[in-house]
Amino acid sequence: MTKQHVVVIFPHPDDESFGASGTIAEFRSKGVPVTYLCGTRGEMGRNMGNPPFANRETLAQFRKKELADAAKELDIEVEYLGYRDKTLEFESREQVAKHLKRRISELGATTVITHYPGYAVHPDHDALGAAVVEAVRLMDSDQRPEILMHAITNNHEEDLGEPHIVHDITPYWDKKLAAIKAHLSQADGMMSLIKGQDQHAEQLERLKTERFYKYKFS
Amino acid sequence: MKKIEQEAVQNKIDALAKKDVYIHLETTNGAYASHFDEEAYNVGAFIRNAKVRYQHGKIISTGGSYRVGLKLDIGWVYAEGVTDFEVDDKGRLLMAGHDREGRLMVALEISETPFSHEADLDD
Repeated sequence: MTKQHVVVIFPHPDDESFGASGTIAEFRSKGVPVTYLCGTRGEMGRNMGNPPFANRETLAQFRKKELADAAKELDIEVEYLGYRDKTLEFESREQVAKHLKRRISELGATTVITHYPGYAVHPDHDALGAAVVEAVRLMDSDQRPEILMHAITNNHEEDLGEPHIVHDITPYWDKKLAAIKAHLSQADGMMSLIKGQDQHAEQLERLKTERFYKYKFS
Repeated sequence: MKKIEQEAVQNKIDALAKKDVYIHLETTNGAYASHFDEEAYNVGAFIRNAKVRYQHGKIISTGGSYRVGLKLDIGWVYAEGVTDFEVDDKGRLLMAGHDREGRLMVALEISETPFSHEADLDD
């Protein structure tokens, strides 16, 4: 059996914790290595902490530290791809895809987790998800990892149907919470949601269930 | 950053006048505005490292937040809703406006050296 390696590819420091950290924690509990290829430093985020402790010029340094702390909680490797926050959709799709293909191949990925292009709300999510699909398409078909895609838009199920994977991550909730909390500058809204959980049971349940679609090459 | 001190900001604006400076100007309501509220619009703009030279500039308030205007030879740089400022360790004048949750809504920054433009993985 091929040695498993999960490669998570999202554009911002914190996408991994909000979107996939329960699933990541489960892979790690089974001894599967996980690498996070983080597209940008998240330097254009508008959350600066509450009250604000970062500014536009220092935000990247805070977020780098926060991601390092979250990665420690999740026991994963982190590597930055070096793009600028908010600009991924304006980069050459072909060049980003080639860059990703190289790293996916070098890491020997057997599973890639990314956003569902067109259903991921933030333009960086859509652009990087599309580049990931293109990167895997460029690989020989017998070398391709499976692609699990995270959809976020409010209406994605109307278009896409039920996700292929509906993953109850309750056993890994403590890990996920610790990873989210590590993103101090970004997590305030989410933490107040978690603390006021009675009013927001539905959103909380959504955080405890991670759902992915599998990409099928035709 | 701290709350705007009008005189300190004005002095720094004056000190940077009639020099080649780099501007970061930005406004945003976030990439999720219309995701959380379908009545809302996603609106934002930024320009990073516009090189300008301004004749003079002012910071003005009519209660509440501040406005900053820089008069160029052939145009203007303008920001409204500025609430906080900082002169950082590189001598750059960083100004921003934050909402009640501490989220950035507007930023105007003036520097004599270019702002970081690549991923700067080592800072």
